[in-house]
Amino acid sequence: MTVAELAVAVSARYPDLVLARDEATVVIQRDDLLAALAWLRDAPGVTLDTLSSVTATHWPDRDPAFWVVYELRSTALAQRLRVKVPLRDDDQHVPSVTGLFPTANWHERETYDLYGIVFDGHPDLTRILMPADWSGHPLRKDESLGGVPTWFRGATMPPIDERGMA
Amino acid sequence: MSAGRHDLPGAAYDPAGDIAESFRDPATGDFRQETMIINMGPQHPSTHGVLRLLLELDGETVIRCKPVIGYLHTGIEKNTEYRSWVQGVTYVTRADYVAPFSNELGYCMAVERLLGVEVPERAKVIRVLVCELNRITSHLVALATGGLELGASSVMLYGLREREVIMDIFEAITGLRMNHAYIRPGGVVMDLPEEAPRKLRDLIDLLPKRIDEYETLLNDNPIWRERNTGVAVLSAERCVELGVTGPPLRSAGVPLDLRKDEPYCGYETYDFDVITRTEGDAYARYRVRIDEMRESLKIVEQAFTRLADTPGPVMIDDPKVGWQARLSVGPDGIGNDPAYLAHIMEESMEALIHHFKMVTQGVEVPPGEVYVTVEAPRGELGMYVVSDGSHRPYRVHIRDPSFVNLQAVPDLIEGALIADIIPAIASIDPVMGGVDR
Repeated sequence: MTVAELAVAVSARYPDLVLARDEATVVIQRDDLLAALAWLRDAPGVTLDTLSSVTATHWPDRDPAFWVVYELRSTALAQRLRVKVPLRDDDQHVPSVTGLFPTANWHERETYDLYGIVFDGHPDLTRILMPADWSGHPLRKDESLGGVPTWFRGATMPPIDERGMA
Repeated sequence: MSAGRHDLPGAAYDPAGDIAESFRDPATGDFRQETMIINMGPQHPSTHGVLRLLLELDGETVIRCKPVIGYLHTGIEKNTEYRSWVQGVTYVTRADYVAPFSNELGYCMAVERLLGVEVPERAKVIRVLVCELNRITSHLVALATGGLELGASSVMLYGLREREVIMDIFEAITGLRMNHAYIRPGGVVMDLPEEAPRKLRDLIDLLPKRIDEYETLLNDNPIWRERNTGVAVLSAERCVELGVTGPPLRSAGVPLDLRKDEPYCGYETYDFDVITRTEGDAYARYRVRIDEMRESLKIVEQAFTRLADTPGPVMIDDPKVGWQARLSVGPDGIGNDPAYLAHIMEESMEALIHHFKMVTQGVEVPPGEVYVTVEAPRGELGMYVVSDGSHRPYRVHIRDPSFVNLQAVPDLIEGALIADIIPAIASIDPVMGGVDR
């Protein structure tokens, strides 16, 4: 089965689907997320039974400001599908999928730690990479890199995020 | 600087306190009196770097285990957002530093898919060659450190000795033993040096004998078998639930190998087998790694043969993508290519402008998102890369196999003895640089 055929099978039920660069991306609203992932996991001919990765992106000037990204893979079909959930800036909650995919546990903790997205129903939503007493969520675009100037003999170079590159 | 470092004014930071809270007895709300909570790590010689295990023990038996990670978090993903697309390679290579080529390959394939470019055939063969050599060195580290932790010091010495031979080849090819940044978007940075074929030939002749030696030392070694057999068992179903990939998954009988299932870099044209076993224990993982080294060597040999009749460039011939500045050997050993310098400095103003833009800004990547996977030595390495159309990545997320596989540690050691933790962790073979990124 090609990714295009998988996309056809999925889009019959979830039509908000884009096929680009041989990768299928389906947008699902967070209220439908758990039902959708359960269907994608179990439906015959779809069988996306493995969750590879969970992460997010932050777009501070756009609405939605956050996208939570789930990478699914079907062992039987050897195909992948990306599920994206849009979140508004003032309401960063999404249901935890740990009940469906136990592997999501650490992925969701990491996404919470680095983006501040709250996964409702997660068994242990604590920081995982940053220190427990850290404040802020470093991968958000409004968090600076926090670099310090590089000192040379008789000159300094500003930190990378203040050099005006690109 | 944005948010402050501490948001608990006056409170002494107790790193264990809040985490140990989860060990309270849910019925009474108290810690159980008959058990003991101890920290193993983060500075423990057998936790493969800075892994910390919070353990609740009843005598010698582990009742509960909670892995605590993050001690090696270096913000690689954040840093890539502030560097050019090509500089990104130098960051991701430092994630899983025992298998740097896999990180580079995954990242570069992601950038290439965003760009919609195809790399030259010779570059693909070289990529396969270095990645498979890297798989051997990585498995040798797993074997050597795992052996050392169980008291098999000779295996440590031999494993690192052979690894050093391959590191020597890496140094000849890339200039560095680790953190190579050799694979770049569009190909690889330079062709193999003159001495590479001879060194590779020697290695291909040497290694099979040496792998046989490890097996003679360990396969039927009563202590090795006693410590590993039936220890840290993980079933195939649990592996899939927990997202475990790589040798732990294959040792439980699932023949998942992305080189076969979702081939890239022409892996479908190489002849090799996916190694599986059925026991799913630490011993099976050891045997899978040993046999995978042999399969990798088969691929190395095929790639080596192909190199002879795959001439051509190793970097894409596209001035918007490929790095055009060339180096040549001057009287002092190395230097700029005089022909290229003459071209940009004396002949063509456009070439100079282009050179300047490539050096200061680098590649421009069209907007979009991709998730590219490669079969790293530890399992599925995924690169989720997002571009907003600028000269820098908007987001690079590394789905590191060690990070995901490490989640299985409580499953492996809860109910087992403290002594079994050592082979359990060694058989998962986590690299904390990849786990914490």
